[in-house]
Amino acid sequence: MNAPHDNTAASTTSPKSGDVRIACLGGVYSNYLALEAALVDVHRRGVDAIYCLGDLGGFGPHPDRVFPLLQEHGVTCLQGNYDDSIGNALDDCQCGYTDPRDNHFAQLSYDYTLAHTSEENRAWLRTLPAQCRLDVGGRRVLMCHGSPRRVNEFLWESTTSTHFLEMLTDDHAADVILGTHTGIHWQRELAGGRRFVNVGALGRPANDGHTHVWYTILHVAPARCDAEFIPVRYDHHRLAREMAAQRLPDEFIATIETGWWTTCLEVLPAKERRRGRC
Amino acid sequence: MSDRDAAPQLTMSHLDDLWFQVGGTLCNYTCHHCFISCSPHNDTFGFLTLDDVSHHLTESVALGVKEYYFTGGEPFLNPDIVPILSATLQYGPATVLTNAAVLKDAWLAALAEAESHSTYSLEFRVSLDGFSAATNDPIRGDRTFERTMRGIERLVAHDFLPIVTAVRTWPIEQDDEQTDAFRDMLKARGYARPRLKLLPTLQIGAEAQRSEAYGPHDRVTATMLHGFDRRTLVCEHSRVVTDRGVYVCPILIESPDALLGATLAEADRPFALTHGACYTCYRYGAICANPSSPS
Repeated sequence: MNAPHDNTAASTTSPKSGDVRIACLGGVYSNYLALEAALVDVHRRGVDAIYCLGDLGGFGPHPDRVFPLLQEHGVTCLQGNYDDSIGNALDDCQCGYTDPRDNHFAQLSYDYTLAHTSEENRAWLRTLPAQCRLDVGGRRVLMCHGSPRRVNEFLWESTTSTHFLEMLTDDHAADVILGTHTGIHWQRELAGGRRFVNVGALGRPANDGHTHVWYTILHVAPARCDAEFIPVRYDHHRLAREMAAQRLPDEFIATIETGWWTTCLEVLPAKERRRGRC
Repeated sequence: MSDRDAAPQLTMSHLDDLWFQVGGTLCNYTCHHCFISCSPHNDTFGFLTLDDVSHHLTESVALGVKEYYFTGGEPFLNPDIVPILSATLQYGPATVLTNAAVLKDAWLAALAEAESHSTYSLEFRVSLDGFSAATNDPIRGDRTFERTMRGIERLVAHDFLPIVTAVRTWPIEQDDEQTDAFRDMLKARGYARPRLKLLPTLQIGAEAQRSEAYGPHDRVTATMLHGFDRRTLVCEHSRVVTDRGVYVCPILIESPDALLGATLAEADRPFALTHGACYTCYRYGAICANPSSPS
């Protein structure tokens, strides 16, 4: 078992002040239709910047279709574990599953995505930073994919202690940490007004029986710092048809059509698994 | 240079997982493959009390511990186990490793209530080493299959989703066939969405007699760690509290060199990977962790 690529360098963006709203997209998983709908919603609401916290490919069809959308809309992207794998044509997605059934479906998705991502886009993935830091009204915002210390760390709501999150904010000099990777959005307020936010995923529903997907708007003002989770409805029937046409697994299509996860279930902790149907 | 000299020292990066040997070495089963030879008569390690655990839970906050694990022996022989798990859920996620044979409905109702008031998951990892009495009982003892299955049924009735944990006592090529048989059996017994975890055998304790002990070359060397993700090794991010001090990992508590100190602070020091069990941990990775937190 090899160590994930060490690509923890963070890009830093200039300080912003006043009332700042930042759209944070997570886990696109090739769902270009949800991405398109999310970007329309973001512009309608009005934000100061748009970030994507990585894992652009996987699960959905036509992986190359997300890249022009991200680039045309000026979305600043981070490199997730999937992007590192696709960019460097590694053997697997480095998602971090240990169960054979989880890995079976992850590999089907990965092989399809690698085969259908252009060399030009793979080269672009290799250029992305793993983390990004912002200074927003004096608050230190750190964006990452899994956690600040490891790109594929699973930070589930029910298996991550509050004092562990506070340790991460201390160790990584951040007031707000934003991540994704697990595919389910959640947030927790920490001591001293600090906050951890999992921004959710656009690529597949949140295992709640609803077909919409989620992104996050971080709102930072002198007297407030909070995150709002935004549901995104999109043409999921069309996505399901395109997945079928690409001969992607029926299990993936069922998730898009029902909102319930059918694969990669073994990685879920008890509370998150209990909320689902499978 | 001897094998021992060549063993690399491993430093803990952070104490993510805090284990408690809450059941000591006392167990109602005497499994032939147990890596610490637990039994009804092994009192080498004793129970931890609620006070013992509470002290370390308090200490763990400043250390930023992420998750808590409870093992033995059989944790549910400890009369404090229900208040211990309930208290832990106020600090973070708790996982208890059990054979499920002595569970009582009143305990499970209390634990379900505690979990419902907590942000965190309470995981039960239930040891079962075969999908039938014919395959399980020769390893775990007479009638243990039925006793454990009744415990699993109780857990499911209380809306828990136990992770059934089986030691691979079959050739690895049979994993798919074996896990399918486990799933079919569990579904037939009313566990609609069974969760499974497979573990490699650890050729120490009773297992060294059942199969064979590690050979001299079953060791981790410094060369083997080049480019290797050390986080998959338990001792890179874990320690285990016992009534005799803090040990490097839950597997090696019968090895004198694995006792690292009296406190968690003392136990935060490098450990030489000299044991055959370290080699198994190296080969398979994440053997003690839950699938939700693989490293």
